[in-house]
Order: sequence, then C-alpha cells, then structure tokens
Amino acid sequence: MAAASTTVPQSEVPLSANLRGKVGMWCLIVAESSIFCIFVVAYLYYAAKSVSGPTPAQVLHVPYFASICLFASSATIMLAERALHRGNIKQFGLLWFLTLALGVTFLAETGIEWQRLIYHEGLTISTNLFGTTYYSLVGLHAFHVTVGAIGLTLILLFTLFGAVKQEHAERIGVFGMYWHFVDVIWVVVLSVVYFIAR
Amino acid sequence: MADAQPILPPMVISTEVETSRPMVQVLHDWIVTVDHKKLGVMYFSYGIVALVVGGIEASIMRAQLASANSHLVSPEVFNRLFTMHGTTMIFFAAMPIVFGIANYLIPLMLGARDMAFPRLNAWGFWMTAFGGIILYFSFIGGFGLYGAGSAPDVGWFAYAPLTSPAFSVGHSTDYWTIGLLISGFGSIATGLNIMTTILCLRGPGMKLSRMPMLVWLYSVMAFLVLVAIGPLTAAQIMLLIDRYLGGHFFDTQAGGSAVIWMHFFWIFGHPEVYILVLPAFGILSEVIPVFSRKPIFGYNIMVAATVAIGFISLSVWAHHMFTVGMSSYANAFFVASTAAIAVPTGIKIFNWIGTMWGGKISFKTPMLFAVAAVVQMLIAGLTGIMLSAAPFDWQLGNSYFVIAHFHYVILGVIVFGAFSAAYYWYPKVTGRMMSDSLGKWHFWLFLIGFHMTFDFMHIPGLLGMPRRIYTYDASRGWESWNLIVSVGVIFQALGVLIWVFNVISSYYKGKVAGNDPWDAWTLEWSTTSPPPDYNFAELPVVRSRRPLWDLKHPEDPDWKYE
Repeated sequence: MAAASTTVPQSEVPLSANLRGKVGMWCLIVAESSIFCIFVVAYLYYAAKSVSGPTPAQVLHVPYFASICLFASSATIMLAERALHRGNIKQFGLLWFLTLALGVTFLAETGIEWQRLIYHEGLTISTNLFGTTYYSLVGLHAFHVTVGAIGLTLILLFTLFGAVKQEHAERIGVFGMYWHFVDVIWVVVLSVVYFIAR
Repeated sequence: MADAQPILPPMVISTEVETSRPMVQVLHDWIVTVDHKKLGVMYFSYGIVALVVGGIEASIMRAQLASANSHLVSPEVFNRLFTMHGTTMIFFAAMPIVFGIANYLIPLMLGARDMAFPRLNAWGFWMTAFGGIILYFSFIGGFGLYGAGSAPDVGWFAYAPLTSPAFSVGHSTDYWTIGLLISGFGSIATGLNIMTTILCLRGPGMKLSRMPMLVWLYSVMAFLVLVAIGPLTAAQIMLLIDRYLGGHFFDTQAGGSAVIWMHFFWIFGHPEVYILVLPAFGILSEVIPVFSRKPIFGYNIMVAATVAIGFISLSVWAHHMFTVGMSSYANAFFVASTAAIAVPTGIKIFNWIGTMWGGKISFKTPMLFAVAAVVQMLIAGLTGIMLSAAPFDWQLGNSYFVIAHFHYVILGVIVFGAFSAAYYWYPKVTGRMMSDSLGKWHFWLFLIGFHMTFDFMHIPGLLGMPRRIYTYDASRGWESWNLIVSVGVIFQALGVLIWVFNVISSYYKGKVAGNDPWDAWTLEWSTTSPPPDYNFAELPVVRSRRPLWDLKHPEDPDWKYE
C-alpha cells in the first residue's frame, strides 16, 4: 500500500478510514432520529385526544432544573474532550465525572417527576392516551440517557484505572457525539411535551 | 487509508485444502467469524433456508387454494401460513440475501480489507438470525409454554386492532413483534456498516464517481435502511406497550387510532420494497454490462435515478391505504408521488436496454436471469402504475391483483436478481463454476413456473377474489385460474431444487474457475477465487470505472475517456 499510495495523487484518496467511527455514529444518529420522529409524531397526533383526565396542563411542570443539568452536561463533555486532546488526563477525568453527575441528576429528576405523577396525580402509562404517549416518549429518551450514563461510567472507570490516554481522544469523541445527540433530542422532547402540546 | 492497511508481501496464496480438520473446529470458525466474506455467505445461506421454508408455506397455501371448497388446512392454519410466509420472506429471506450480497461484495469491489466494523457486522447477522429463530419458536413456544396461541396469525402487516390483547390472545403476536424488533436492530447495524464502508474504506483512486453501480445502489439502500427501519422499530415498541403495559396507541376505545398503525407500518413498509429491490437493480447493473461486453449505459443518470428513487420512496407509503378512506388531498398526493417514482425506475430500464443495445450478448445463466428480471420489472412497474391510481385501487385493493403485482416485484425481480447473483459470483465464492446446463434447466423451469403462477394470478384478482381467504365457492368461477396458479408452483419448486443440487454438486465437481471466469471489470475479480482472508495481496490503483479493463487493456484504458 505504501508503495501504491505514493503513485496516487492526494485528491484520489477517499475519506480517511479514521473517520469511520464518526460516520458510523452519524448513521446511528439518523436511525435513532427516525425512531424518535415516530414517537414525536404519535405524541403530537394524540395531543388532546385523551377521553379522560388528567391532562398535561393539569399535571406537568416544566423540568427546568433537569434540563439545565442535561444541557450543561453537553458543555462539560465538550470541555472534557478538549482536555483529553491536550493530554490533560486529570482534567479530563474531572470533567467526565461532572458530565456523569449531571446526567445522573437528570435521570433522578425524571424519576422524582414520574413518582409524583404516578402516586400523586394518578397518571400511569395505561391511564389515558396522554399517559401512554408521555411515558413512552419521555421514557424512550430517558432510556437513551441511561445508556449514555452507562457508557460514561465505563469510560470513567477506564480513566480511573489509567487506561484512557491521549490517543483515545478520537474514540471518546465518537461517544461524545452520542451524548450530544441525546441532548438535542431533549430539546425536541422538552419543547413538544412541555410547551407545544401543553 | 494508506496507513491503515500495511503492505502485504506478494506472497503465494496458499490453496492448501484443510484436509481433515474436525467438524467442530470448522463450525467454531464459522460461528465466531467476523470476516465479511464468511458473514456474507452465512447471511445468504440463512436467507436461502428461509426462502425454502417460506416457499413451503406458500406451497401449502397454493395446494389449499387449487380447488374450491378445499379442506386441506383449517382457516386458523391458513391465517398462520400467510402471516409466516410474508414475514419470513421479507425479513428473513429477502433481507438476509441482500445483506449477504452486500457483505461479500462491497469490500471486494471497493478494494477494502473488510467492512468498517467487522464485529458489529457479526452482531448484525446474529441478531437477524435470532430474530428468525424467535419468530419460528412461536410454533412450539406459543402452545407449549402458555397454552394459548401458536404461530402469529395477524398478517405480515399486523393491522390494529387485530393485534390488541382482546383479539390476539396468547403470545403469538409477541413472537412476531419481538422477532422483528430484534432483527430490525441487526438490519440497522448492517445498514450503518454498509454506509460507513462505502464512505470511508474505498481503496486508492476509488472515487464515488468510479464506484461500481452495485455499490452505488447499496449506498442508497443503506440510507433507506437507516431511515425506514426506525418507524418499524418504533411501531413495534408501541405495540408492545399496548399489549403488555396497557397502553392506548392503537386502542380506539380510549381515543387511539388503528389507522395510525397503518401509517407507521407503511412508512417503513414501502421504503422496505426499495431496500430489497435496489440491490437487485445493482446486480442487474453488474451482470448486464459484463454479458453484453459494454460498459453500463448512462452511469451518471443511473446514479441520479437511484438517488431519486431513494427520496421519492419515502413519500409514497399511503398508496397502501387508499381503501382505508383518506382525504382527497392525501389521495391526490400519494397518487402523484407513486406515479412519479415510476419515472426513475423507467430510466433504469432504458439504461439496461441501452447497455444491451449493440452489445455482444452471451446468454449465460446469470444473464438469462438478469434479462428476465428486466422484463418482469417492466410488467411489475406497469401494474404498479395501474394500482397507483386511487379509483383503480379502490376496485382492486386487497385483491389477488395486488398479490400478483408485488410478487412480480419480489419474485420476478428480487429473487431472479438473487439467482443471477448466485450464478455470477458463485465462482468467486467457491472457486468453481456452477453447471451452466443445469442452470438453464433451473432458469426455464423457474421462468415457466413463475409466469404460470403470477401472470394468471392477476385474473382471479380482476374477477374479485380477495386476498387472505382460505377457500372459495365453486360458483365464483375462480377455480380453473387458481389451479393454473397452483400448478406453476410445482415448476418453481423443481427449478429451485435443481439450483440447490447445482450449488452443492458444483462445489465438489464444478470446473475450476480461476480469478476472472467472466472476463469482468470490477475489483473483486482481480483477487483469487475464493479470495484470501486479507482480500488483496496487492491493490490495483483505480483510475476509471472499470479498473480491470484498464489492467487488461493498457493500450486503450478507460481513464483516457473519463
């Protein structure tokens, strides 16, 4: 190959194989987006079609704190990646831990909200259409946050054991794309569930 | 790219046969493999097994329908048969076959060592495989474990409210749902892998504009897999929520909608047709030029038409729902988009004819299947345009006319394409040629059987025979037509039997093929047959769309004209 590539003009060498992680993640994001898209459509289509209460306006409170946590985690993961690029493992680990903490806080907040909805407001997934669509859409997102949190935890453990090095920045960046995606989905879910279809 | 693949010394490719390795070891090799060629063969073989199983189910149905008032199978069994037949053929025969071809060929055609994510590739295959096993486990699990239900009996598109717990008691529908959900994850993984391989792992000089047409068609197919499998996955999750957690997505009594299931299913379902047919188009676009001794006619237009099909196919789904009763605006939109998709498809047919025009055509078995597929695509397209007109569809929707139409596409184009591919690339995979005379027996028997079955199937449809009935009254005048349709199945089955025999016997006794038995032009023919684990000892630099032509004809290479 080395011999062959010397005869190939630079313009004839296609996308680098090193990019495949990113391209693969973009593909996954497209596929996941289409799943979310259908759930969002279902939510909007069924908005205000429930035949019995409770309605969103009666029971939903906008989760400002949880949202701020999740959005902030996108910033911290970006800073963590930059630290890793510079080779500052310690700073990376700290920021990575912060990202995980923010993600877990978001999940805990969701749990608290669901606890209130189920035990105090009497809204379960089988109560009415609103319950069905609400828990499935928010739950699908929370599931993705959970998967992300597991990934964050694993990488944090690797970091603590000293296995994460500067040369892994590219791969960690691919994971970071997933986390940003989960964040962007929350922008959509938040605006649809808590503002548009109120 | 250059650094990722270290130069391999031009070693002698060992053809030493594994004389007496224990069976367990060979099996172990296949099960743990992450090699794209082995996975391709496994995908393809899995699809063929499913094709035979689904074919047996179809044969039983045809035996039942061959005469009026027949009682060969009960209505309940008939419902299970058509559900399992449809599900098996789409998800566990056709999908694995096209993924198998992609797995085997794309890295070889692009000059890559393997797919972009070899382990993910193996994961995708095993998910698909387990999905099928779960679906078929319903035959025993449905009864054995819960005492209710058996194989799924709700039809392959499982319309609500038939799938609600009230009407589908037991767990048969859940086997269907979970089987498809799991195989869907496998499909997404493979789609992602194909896309990434095409974008990132092309060999030196292999620009997008120089890729073999098959790879182009697979890139659009992979895009459709990524976009279209999601709705199916989402709809299956909703159905599970409805059935297990008491949700109301498709529960009309609680304000839900049965029609929205149709929308979600067909948003997946129609692109799925193109996911299956685009690879078949790709096969035709490789086979026809080689056996016409001409480069493909209108490469750029062909690519443009493919991309157009990819996008338009995402906006035609509700033509499956004209009989549901939509608004006139929705009807008009879906009539127009469905008619529009015939244009790029027609362009392709013209291009294949243009490729053959004036060529030195040799009618070897792969070419026979390819030419038949082109003709059948034309006819399938024509009945498709007829059905795209909503008033016509109101008359014939859910009749045997529709069944004949889509089997023309799926069998007449996709399965014919798959057979063409099997004959064409078998020498590359095994190192031996398939028997051409047996191949011609296979072709003619299968062709006659196909046309007996599916040409004549249009007629009972026009006479008003609805799909999915388990029997009919003699006074309706459908009996003789149905008998012809059923007799055609015998010819098709014979043809497939000959093919299976040919595949097995040629593996042991076939003529040794050499690297390039068809004098072809794409990169996979530049390596040995079968290719070594690392695919290429030395990668030719690609300078045109026919890199092997350039190598064979240094006095008149293609790149001078491109």
